[in-house]
Amino acid sequence: MSGNGEALLGAQEIARVVRRLAHEVVENNRGAANLVLVGLLTRGYPLAVRIAQAIQEFESVSVPVGRLDVALHRDDVGRRPAPVRPSDIPVSIDGATVVLVDEVLFTGRTVRAALDALMDFGRPARVRLAVLVDRGHRELPIRPDFVGKNIPTALYQSVKVRLAEVDGEDGVYVMGEEAAHA
Amino acid sequence: MSESLLIRGGRVIDPSAGLDGELDILVRNGTVETIAPAIEPGTARLIDARGCIVAPGFVDLHTHLREPGFEHKGTIASETRAALRGGFTTVCAMPNTEPPPDSATAVEALLERIAQDAAVRVLPIGCVTRGRNGRELAELGELAAAGCIAFSDDGSPVADGRLMRNALQYAAALGLPLSEHCDDPVLSAGGTMNEGRISERLGLSGQPAAAEVAAIARNTALCEATGARLHIAHITTERGLALVAEARQRGLPISCEVTPSHLFLTEEAVFGDGPAPAYDTNAKVNPPLRTAADRAALSSGVNAGIIDAIATDHAPHAIQDKLCEFDQAAFGISCIETALSTVVSLALRGELDLIRAIGALTIGPVRAFGIDRRVPGAGTLAPGRAGDITVFDPAARWQAGPGTLVSKGKNTPLLGRELPGRVRAVVLRGELAHLEEPAHA
Amino acid sequence: MLEIKEQPAAPAGPEPAAFEGWKAKDLLDTDTLSTANIETIMETAEAMREVRARPVGKVATLRGATVATLFYEQSTRTRASFEVAAKALGADVVNLSASGSSVEKGESLIDTVRTLEAIGTGVIVIRHKSSGAPYLAAANTSASIINGGDGTHAHPTQALLDLFTMRRHVGSLQGRKVVIVGDILHSRVARSNVWTLLASGARVVLAGPPTLLPRTLALSGELGGCEVTADFDDAIAGADVVMALRIQKERQEGGLIPSLREYIRGYQLNATRLKRANPGALVMHPGPMNEGIEIAPDVAHGLASVIEEQVANGVAVRMAVLYLIVTGRAP
Repeated sequence: MSGNGEALLGAQEIARVVRRLAHEVVENNRGAANLVLVGLLTRGYPLAVRIAQAIQEFESVSVPVGRLDVALHRDDVGRRPAPVRPSDIPVSIDGATVVLVDEVLFTGRTVRAALDALMDFGRPARVRLAVLVDRGHRELPIRPDFVGKNIPTALYQSVKVRLAEVDGEDGVYVMGEEAAHA
Repeated sequence: MSESLLIRGGRVIDPSAGLDGELDILVRNGTVETIAPAIEPGTARLIDARGCIVAPGFVDLHTHLREPGFEHKGTIASETRAALRGGFTTVCAMPNTEPPPDSATAVEALLERIAQDAAVRVLPIGCVTRGRNGRELAELGELAAAGCIAFSDDGSPVADGRLMRNALQYAAALGLPLSEHCDDPVLSAGGTMNEGRISERLGLSGQPAAAEVAAIARNTALCEATGARLHIAHITTERGLALVAEARQRGLPISCEVTPSHLFLTEEAVFGDGPAPAYDTNAKVNPPLRTAADRAALSSGVNAGIIDAIATDHAPHAIQDKLCEFDQAAFGISCIETALSTVVSLALRGELDLIRAIGALTIGPVRAFGIDRRVPGAGTLAPGRAGDITVFDPAARWQAGPGTLVSKGKNTPLLGRELPGRVRAVVLRGELAHLEEPAHA
Repeated sequence: MLEIKEQPAAPAGPEPAAFEGWKAKDLLDTDTLSTANIETIMETAEAMREVRARPVGKVATLRGATVATLFYEQSTRTRASFEVAAKALGADVVNLSASGSSVEKGESLIDTVRTLEAIGTGVIVIRHKSSGAPYLAAANTSASIINGGDGTHAHPTQALLDLFTMRRHVGSLQGRKVVIVGDILHSRVARSNVWTLLASGARVVLAGPPTLLPRTLALSGELGGCEVTADFDDAIAGADVVMALRIQKERQEGGLIPSLREYIRGYQLNATRLKRANPGALVMHPGPMNEGIEIAPDVAHGLASVIEEQVANGVAVRMAVLYLIVTGRAP
């Protein structure tokens, strides 16, 4: 990371947190049956894949993983340009327990958009939310079901999650004002 | 008795007399009295011409005044004032009016309006055919007697070769030139710009250069057959010019003119300067702006004296005639006020020979149409004669725009472009008709 | 149930490095699009294609936006395609035709466009018989203008959907041979395709009767390495994509083609000729087709034909263009 301090979480800690999240998800669901993990693009998706791998390791069950792009469902369309990428949910979510996976939970607006997008694909029995980091400052009545780590932050700060699949390394960083404005 | 004028300290250029030097000109009693160095002013009004060129008043063989019939585009009053600002003291009015001057009555009515409203000398050109319909000859003898300086159907080429031959025979007998828009209308049908790279790029239908070349070839043959004075209006093609040069070498009575627009611009003007096409309707003109090679040949033609006249084809249009789809837009460029500036630009760039170019604005057109028979001394500074003088500052720069153009037509692709060459004073029939003090004075 | 996609989606790689959205107010032609612009449209169209494949093939992204289709020329597929695309993004659509509107009463293009702008239309799709008309409109309104085909000039969204379709089948077009056959001179489809294909690194050959080729333009070098030839049999050899254009029957009356029979003999895309192309070469046509004239029915509906897919992809590409233009005009 470019000169913005130490990682709050390193690769080993992230791996531990992912394993814990995997356990919590399975425990909450009373097994891995009927479970679909849906990771939000960009970094929620590789996290979802990792959680699925962990479940595979200790439950020997393959949980389907989908990816979801929320750009078309944002509430700030036209205020800032955003790329749109294809979503891909490889199984039907009708009647399934869908766990949305994202890297950072902040205002809750992305999750709101994700719920909206998800409904285009079917009618799940229930939807849960798993996040690697909850940094607070919710603007909508949304709460996570599974939290990797709570990191209290100031509004001017930003939380960056880097994952090997996307960024070449694992790490969670809190960045200062300048970075927040970058 | 009008006031005497002393035009002092300018560079006097009169190609008809081979004159080029720092001289003063004294104008008295409606004519040039003396041209000499350091004339004593006496009581004469002084016109400071230092840094300026002093030339005979310019003569335009091809002006559209639009009146009668199209007063929303221009009037005799508005367009002759524009001519004056452009340095022109004599303009030949093209007959594409409504009604057109195809009868003695129509010409007489036109002359009446001219006498009332014109700010410069206007010589009417009569129609070749009735209503410019290309089918029946107009009463050419009557038109000549009524005062027409030449014949032309203007933008409607006389397509019928037999009719053209008959017209030329009459023109020969009457001793008047026939000015022809040389174009094969079938080859050019539907064309809105030069056929070539840009038309293919923009998906616009084109007018091929061959349409002009073919018509010049035919009309040259008819000129030879009849002995009439054929004037080729607004020549645009390198190959067409070569035909004219060859015909003149054989001694045929052919003259030709080029417009400042075709000397200065190419088909690129339709596309514009940006990365995306402009579809600039102000660059839509008939005959169309051609290629860079054609443009270069036309400049050479002026320098070599093959082209007799720089004639404006000044064609003012109302805003709505141009602010529309390209194929719907009217043809024509309003350019009588920018003509001098484009000539000066080309001279500064070394493309045009200044003396030749001034000749093509003065004595060249006078000889082509025999205007000196009607207006003795036109196109010259000859003492005792017409008394038409144009004083211009070749270094002064200005911008053509809706606010600076006097013409009703603001339709020029040079809008917003800074140009060198500004007319400072015009003397018409020995009287100061226009004076513009330099901004810093 | 969700269908299983024939192509696995790309892995969740890094976000496009510097996505800056869409800066241009209008889409008038493909000639001024950068390679990055084209990539953005292609990637966005890929996402839109996925949206169309969802059980609910519709989102509300552009709710509140109004898109007008202003058509001065008859058109079925382009207009329907734009309308479906706008509605699939949740926009409201106003359809205007030259007939049955104030245009019939002599209202000028500029006035019509300004009226649409005044009633809150943010995007106006224009189809016009005059080349350059959308440029006139764009210069005289603050609404976004999308060129839906102007005269014999340009048809940018057709070229983009053609490129999208080619890329889905051929992958990168770098070095691939694309042959366009027909009335190139009067084809807005061909002209706009040339720019996107050249930007994509394709080798482009334009084939057609000698009277219907843009020879001066090709000779000028402005079309890059684009080749122009009257010999279709030669041109089609080794082609990866062959696109036949609609031949207007009026060209015969204009003397530009001696007869349809001779045109068919020299320029019809048929099975015999297609054998000269590379195996698996794509067959394309912008429609509407004159089957049996510029394209043989068995080829038009054969295995190599992606003509129907072009139409389907048209919606995704137009959604992409609408999305980019509307969201790119952030205050």
